[in-house]
Amino acid sequence: MPASLDKFFPLRPARVHEVCGPSATAFAALACARTAGPLLWIYESWPAERLNPLGLAAFFDPARLLVAECRDQTDCLATAEEALKDGAVALVLAEISRPLNLREGRRLQLAAKAGGATGLCLIPEGMGSNAAETRWRCAPVCDPVHDRGEGADSTRMRWEIIKNKSGTLGFWDVRWDPAARRLDVVSPPGE
Amino acid sequence: MFDGIQRRVVSMWFPRLASDRALRAYPVAGPFALTLKQKNAERVHCLNAVAEALGLHRGMPFADARAFCPDLQSRPADPRGDARLLATLARWAGRYCPWVGLEGEDGLVLDITGAAHLMGGEAALMADLGARLERAGFAAWLGLADTRGAAWALAHSGGGIAAPGDQGRALAGLPVAALRLDDDTVTALQRLGLRRIGDLEAAARGPLARRFGAEVLARLDQAMGRLGEPVAPLPEPPHYGDRLSLPDPIGRVEDVMAGTARLLEALCARLLAREMGARRLCLTLRRVDRGSQQVELRLAAPLRDPARILPLFRRGVEAADAGFGIDQLRLEATQVEPLPARQLSTRAGGLQDGGRLDDLITRIGTRIGLENIQRFLPADSHIPERAFQIAPAAWSRPEGAWAPPRPRPLRLFPPEPLVGQGAEPPARFRWRRLSLSTARATGPERIAPEWWFEDEAWARGLRDYWRVETHQGRRLWLFHTPQVPGWFVQGEFA
Repeated sequence: MPASLDKFFPLRPARVHEVCGPSATAFAALACARTAGPLLWIYESWPAERLNPLGLAAFFDPARLLVAECRDQTDCLATAEEALKDGAVALVLAEISRPLNLREGRRLQLAAKAGGATGLCLIPEGMGSNAAETRWRCAPVCDPVHDRGEGADSTRMRWEIIKNKSGTLGFWDVRWDPAARRLDVVSPPGE
Repeated sequence: MFDGIQRRVVSMWFPRLASDRALRAYPVAGPFALTLKQKNAERVHCLNAVAEALGLHRGMPFADARAFCPDLQSRPADPRGDARLLATLARWAGRYCPWVGLEGEDGLVLDITGAAHLMGGEAALMADLGARLERAGFAAWLGLADTRGAAWALAHSGGGIAAPGDQGRALAGLPVAALRLDDDTVTALQRLGLRRIGDLEAAARGPLARRFGAEVLARLDQAMGRLGEPVAPLPEPPHYGDRLSLPDPIGRVEDVMAGTARLLEALCARLLAREMGARRLCLTLRRVDRGSQQVELRLAAPLRDPARILPLFRRGVEAADAGFGIDQLRLEATQVEPLPARQLSTRAGGLQDGGRLDDLITRIGTRIGLENIQRFLPADSHIPERAFQIAPAAWSRPEGAWAPPRPRPLRLFPPEPLVGQGAEPPARFRWRRLSLSTARATGPERIAPEWWFEDEAWARGLRDYWRVETHQGRRLWLFHTPQVPGWFVQGEFA
């Protein structure tokens, strides 16, 4: 039995974390929901896949969100470092498209410590930096029981912590309740 | 009035200012009129010389003018543009003397006392003025006299120059209407047989004042120079700029920043006095080799606090190339916005936090461009791509009211086709090289295209959206187009 999720999930403040997997966006949205104050989401301008604020509205108020559209990865990292160091936003989310080297990861980590803001990098699978505080892998899981009535959708996900600098690893099945704004840990489905 | 100094005043009258302006932009041959809607009827606002010669006059209904003159061409008038043009002409007239004021809506008045010799005398000045205006395409009548009233009278009765001290004789033969009186007074004076200014001068003042009030005599005295009438020049537009020249060239970043700090102090004091805030600042560093470097700063919010602006310059100053040294700094607020004084609030999340966030936006904006820092604003549309707008954060305020009618995906992408048939979601399909099978499908939600927009992406017509949960876990937003059958994926849920 893994330890309680509460020890890990409101992400440790003033550190940079990483998340990968198909549900990384949902994980990031939940991290936003658990943070008070302004948020900054940094992405590159080229991908055709876009954030949908109407989808984010089920997790947190998009009025708190600022987005920065950068030309390339270098600008993304520089913007993230500037925002983390300043500390005016509570959570900085950066979409990463190439592997970070140790220096880049360490710079972000130092900036987060200096400014007191939390960072979360959305990385492609296997492209993390060794400097990250924790790394998560998130994937959606088919919910066999659909007990919340018609019209409600399941948001069941498997969260796996695959790297942790100051703690143990573990995995949890979670579900977001948009009406109650609550994150439920559910037991894994039986075999 | 100054004693012993002979004042000389030029009055300029543009009888056809509005039509001259319109015809300068797009010349027209033949009769031409500008129309303005007054009291619910189109009336002639201004005419060109040809139309005036045909007997049309200002203020007549436009329909009548068309009846008199079938080939009359017309455009709508723009009185505000005319006022701007007059202000421009006033600025231009500053080449003759510094003391230029407006005279009504279609005239200028110049106090050329002591300035005429610079242009080679009064006659040469008048000839130059007339020639330049004619070349620019403006009809102008010019009058020159000792007083503003006399110059006005001369300009409005054909133009002319009254020699110093001679306005009494120059004006004697002019009609009383040249005294800037209203129409009723002019008619009443004419009924009394006082048709010319000379007649008015000769008449007894007491009965005139009793009958017409002080106005007639005041206008007469102003024209004759017995009563002063100043020319009020236009105010200079405020200039938000300053410069610092250095005896020796400097090159270190700290020195340049120290110089910038001094300039900012002065600039911000000026901004504060006028309750303005800078939105865009330009720092010009002039080097000893006469080259110059510009550091431009665009701010996320109007600002006039030197302590907050100064650190924002550091990045640009560090990037500038000092060469052999910088010997002049010039700081200018190229764009300013009103910034009224605000009450400080101690409420949490009040002014201070907003200021910090604005500074961060500015700082990031110097790197990636201020318009690339954006926020989402709700929009009133059912089309998923148009249900929100993206606005630059520096020029918008956050708005609430995010209430999607139904669950919406977290990510949207351009529709990706699937292999599938029928109106129900396919039981098995391949998407992005994944083999997926449908576990649960919720829908359909029909969304119709907005026909008033031409949108290529919606060329297939209606869409029936389905939320599909797969056995493999992925939760996708599929749609079916019943009019041109086909299945697509457009988004992914949490």
